Amino acid sequence: MTTTAQQYAINQYAIRIVCILFALLVFVQCSRSNAGNDTIRSEEKWPPTFGFGRTASSVEIDSLDIDVNPGGKGLGNGSGSVLQGKNIYLSKCAICHGKTGVEGPYNKLVGVFHESDSIQQGEKTIGNYWPYATTLYDYINRAMPYTSPGTLTSDEVYSLTAFLLYRNSIIDSTIILDASNLPQVIMPAQKLFIDDDRRGGPEVK
Amino acid sequence: MKSEENSTVPVIKRRTLLGGAATAAVVLVQTTFGKVMQKAVTQAELIGDPTKKLGPPPGILGTRSPFEKPVKLPSDTSSRTPLQNLFGTITPADLHYERHHGGVPSIDPNKYELLIHGMVKKPMIFTLGDLKRFPSVSRIMFLECSGNYRGSKETLSPQAICGLTSQSEWTGVMLSTLFREVGIDPKAKWFLAEGSDAAVMTRSIPVEKGLEDTIVAYAQNGEAIRPEQGYPARLVLPGWEGNTCVKWIRRIELSDTPFMTREETSKYTERVAGGKNRQFSFVMDARSIITYPAYPAKVEKGWIEIRGIAWSGRGKIVRVEVSTDTGKTWNETLLQDPVLDKAHTGFRYLWNWNGQTTEIMSRAIDETGYIQPFYEQLLQARGGSGGYHFNPVTRWVVQKNGEVYLRPDVKGNA
Repeated sequence: MTTTAQQYAINQYAIRIVCILFALLVFVQCSRSNAGNDTIRSEEKWPPTFGFGRTASSVEIDSLDIDVNPGGKGLGNGSGSVLQGKNIYLSKCAICHGKTGVEGPYNKLVGVFHESDSIQQGEKTIGNYWPYATTLYDYINRAMPYTSPGTLTSDEVYSLTAFLLYRNSIIDSTIILDASNLPQVIMPAQKLFIDDDRRGGPEVK
Repeated sequence: MKSEENSTVPVIKRRTLLGGAATAAVVLVQTTFGKVMQKAVTQAELIGDPTKKLGPPPGILGTRSPFEKPVKLPSDTSSRTPLQNLFGTITPADLHYERHHGGVPSIDPNKYELLIHGMVKKPMIFTLGDLKRFPSVSRIMFLECSGNYRGSKETLSPQAICGLTSQSEWTGVMLSTLFREVGIDPKAKWFLAEGSDAAVMTRSIPVEKGLEDTIVAYAQNGEAIRPEQGYPARLVLPGWEGNTCVKWIRRIELSDTPFMTREETSKYTERVAGGKNRQFSFVMDARSIITYPAYPAKVEKGWIEIRGIAWSGRGKIVRVEVSTDTGKTWNETLLQDPVLDKAHTGFRYLWNWNGQTTEIMSRAIDETGYIQPFYEQLLQARGGSGGYHFNPVTRWVVQKNGEVYLRPDVKGNA
């Protein structure tokens, strides 16, 4: 049983504790806000991860992962011949690229490789400029025909790739293209490609 | 305003007076007997003396004056900013240049997702809302197409010559922040950036650039990116060629080798001296252009402030020099503060034109010491081929009659 005096003493004690705690809190807050800008901007003060977003499932990844790299990773399971490609080309591609791949009105596709000092934009074709055959598969698959992209089957893409490589004198007409042999095709222009070596400074490259 | 003591005059509310969209304005007219009446007026009447008539009320969206009609110059695949009609260095968002390979897609922001996968600890998908939750950054910088050059005839304006460059303030999340979130494999050296337009456009980017200053942007000049510039999210890579700044970004795949996409092999590469084809030429070299006086402007003898913009993908512009005597002598210009890294920088030079035919031109110098070259120097460096990354000095002929024309860049026209 506490007397009024004791109650008073306890209250005083409690008040002192609260005051000290409060002062401590203010002190800590002040230190934090002095370093406030650093806290907000510095990555070191970030949590290891923020926890935004969600893990992607393999089904989701597979449905979007359509690219093909020069090693052949990503190539479809189909196959195609030059003759099949010719038929598809005439019905779906010739209208833009011309009956034999040179008439236009859009990008010229057929040309024979030869080394030269200069080349103009309109002269760049598969045969004389493209460094990788796998790019042909990747690009036709994702973006062609221009007015209905992404509608070709894997077989159709292989067939068109085979036909265009044949017309550009890269492969012969008997080749059936698939994931095993397409990455082996060496494009004659590949050896011409060099990496950018501009670094600024006085030299004009 | 006071209502009349005569009770047949209605109490006039301000809103009623400041009429609807049908008329240009509803104004107060005082009759000779002092009666106050409402009167609808047409635009033509309104323009007569603005101090005598009320104008339309505040609205929900701003407009341009009907007298101002800046427009882009579109082609099949691009649209050019009217550089000669602009002031300062920020491009109004609806005049930002366009270049795309399958048209402008229409994307529902509520369905938008960005997948980051490949050589990562945890493949992840981020919604637009997720992207906006991360710590954000803003940056004023230029974008430029690497094919931003025409110069073969004298009736070309700055828009026609190099209108495929614009400047915005971009806001978004650093790609490094997202890389940090998914945990990229230290062996990853490249990433594929893929867009969700009809071209499903792809480019391989070195991971270093992704970690350094690449932004996944969702805002342009204070509001959501416009569809033409990549709504709802795109990459911006400060100082790098426009096609690396993949719009409508939907997927990023980490890898240890480049993917050799169509854009970086058959397209955005250029022939150089020695018969080689240069690939992965990411950085836009320093460039400048006088936007006034320039075709199709006409000037008078006397004082002219020569104005233009200069920029470099390698850093800051340190100096812009102008010649008004066909390149014989060069003078330093005033650069507009603040001079920002990898951003359009305004320059100004006061010139007293004596009325005689002459050529004026500007050249930019950036912090690496690179000096914007002449057309002939570039042609030599490129083995005689045209192509990407052509940033020559633009030469304007100021004729005696005040008309200004481009001096065309044609082989042998040195």
